[in-house]
Amino acid sequence: MHRHILTLAILGALIVAAALLAQLMGIRLYERIATTMFVSMILVLGLQVFMGNSGILSFAHIGFMGVGAYTSAVLSIPDRMKGMALPDLYPILENVQLSPYLTILIGGLVAALVAAALSYPLMRLSDAAAVITSFALLVVLHTVLTHWSAVTNGPRTLFGIPEATSLWLACGVALAALIGAMAFKESRAGQLLRASRDDEVAAAAIGVNIVKLRWVGFILAALFAGIGGALWGHFVTSFSPRAFYLKETFLILSMLVIGGANTVTGAVIGTLIVTFAYEALRSVEAGINEAGFMSQQVIGLTEIVLALAMIAVLSLRPGGLFPAREIGTLLTLKRKTGGKSP
Amino acid sequence: MDFAIQFIINVLSLGGAYALMALGLVLVYGILKLVNFAYGELIMVAGYTLHLVGGSPLPWLVMAAVAVVMAMVAGLATDYVAFRPVRAKSVTAVLITSFAFSTLLQNAALLFISPRPRSVPLPEIFSQSVMIAGMPTPMRDIITIVAAVVLLGLFAFLMQKTVLGIAMRAAATNFTMARMLGVPANLIISSAFAISGFLAGVVGILWIGRIGTVAPAIGLEPLLIAFIACVIGGMRSLQGAVLGGFILAFIDTTLNYTLSQDLLKFRDAFTFSLVILILLWRPEGLMKGPSSGQRT
Repeated sequence: MHRHILTLAILGALIVAAALLAQLMGIRLYERIATTMFVSMILVLGLQVFMGNSGILSFAHIGFMGVGAYTSAVLSIPDRMKGMALPDLYPILENVQLSPYLTILIGGLVAALVAAALSYPLMRLSDAAAVITSFALLVVLHTVLTHWSAVTNGPRTLFGIPEATSLWLACGVALAALIGAMAFKESRAGQLLRASRDDEVAAAAIGVNIVKLRWVGFILAALFAGIGGALWGHFVTSFSPRAFYLKETFLILSMLVIGGANTVTGAVIGTLIVTFAYEALRSVEAGINEAGFMSQQVIGLTEIVLALAMIAVLSLRPGGLFPAREIGTLLTLKRKTGGKSP
Repeated sequence: MDFAIQFIINVLSLGGAYALMALGLVLVYGILKLVNFAYGELIMVAGYTLHLVGGSPLPWLVMAAVAVVMAMVAGLATDYVAFRPVRAKSVTAVLITSFAFSTLLQNAALLFISPRPRSVPLPEIFSQSVMIAGMPTPMRDIITIVAAVVLLGLFAFLMQKTVLGIAMRAAATNFTMARMLGVPANLIISSAFAISGFLAGVVGILWIGRIGTVAPAIGLEPLLIAFIACVIGGMRSLQGAVLGGFILAFIDTTLNYTLSQDLLKFRDAFTFSLVILILLWRPEGLMKGPSSGQRT
């Protein structure tokens, strides 16, 4: 127990320190970067809840982010903007205008409900079949978001979403997500799920209901994703369905994989490292574009470097930077063995 | 009657292309039990090669051959970069590395070529049409059907009669046993990737022949098609992949003719929901392959 509290304290301190640093620098850009980073962290922690404990790769995660973002947006766009932003909206929703703070929660819940309804039968599948169906689910969600014009304004940008997400709100939710992910991991459900990850047959033999536990993990992950998406929506205030597709999936997945999918520490540290690298590379890209060495715009360099980093990490350290033990456990073990690494 | 002939030609030409795409994916899956997410990018590589050599005075067939060879090289590169270093470690790791490799190739195309679609050289014959039973039929549909028949025949011969084909089928059935009997593992896997690249290259040229341009994201649709076709037909069976390709083409063509404009936008959602349903009903697909599902 002691070591879990230590883990939470260290990671929580890192999160708060990042937020404080961004605010004390007093530069608007850094504040924006930090806010986006906390949103990513919520998503990465959500993916960790499912992937880390069940061992199944899920591509559908970002789809649920989209569900949360659109739900929250539709319910909170002010009356006078609705006619313009969503001309074909169903009459019943036309006069609904709730506080964004409430709709962020609703966004998470709707994403969780959608996940609960769609995913139960899929949880029977393992390995490649599970991955292909989750990829199929992402495509289905994306197609629906892109074409359900009445609610999403189709492939066009949806605008007029009230701004509500501040640096500290995002930071607070990230802390809550951290505690949630850790609590699930150490709960009975989380431990049984990890038993099934390590040996499906043995876990089933001791009576673990694998399908149900995976389902619970998946719903919880979708809740995180929905809340993260809604927070993001109220931060950028206009977005299109393209934001919730393969590019974002790749970014979130790279954060989790580089940090280490099996640990909460990995999720948090991976987000910090990848965000830092991503922003640094972006500014290099912008610098090259400004200096004009190349005849055309430089784009895609960031993704190339990230992809190489992912492949390198997976070949050298397949479990990521924190493959099995949380940081608190590592530190306690170190103290017990007199400073020698375990 | 005219309508029936047109429908059949549509299904056969689309199905031929789909079957070849699925075959390339399932060939690798059968041996390694791993999905190659970078498969669509092999088609992109073939397209960009064609675009880059387009300015040269070479005859078109030579350019097409160069494009196919480059797709094979890219297939081998997938093996060396994304699969070999992590193959033995975990399923998830390989799926992620192949996804990363796909992003890598796509962004390389964005960075070094252009985010905008580029034209590819195509011979005259691709834009001509002939009259069949009183209906104008594009020549490229006929070419696709012929190419599919020839390639499927060649492929069947390779798998049934040659040492390489028999060794690959043995490896797909029971990899450990095949190795013990002296089948060189890495060579077989690399050959599978090269053949997969060959199929992707040919189908890429036929596919791009329909559109006329190549863009960095062009590989996504063929990848999705190959996924669906494999899942419908059976991930372990080569015949299943071909069957799945034709079934999918039949479903797509039927939906194209029957769905209203409003619903047609959701076609992908329909077909993917179908995949999910089929996997639930028969996790193995319609055709069962060799019984051993051990990953290697």
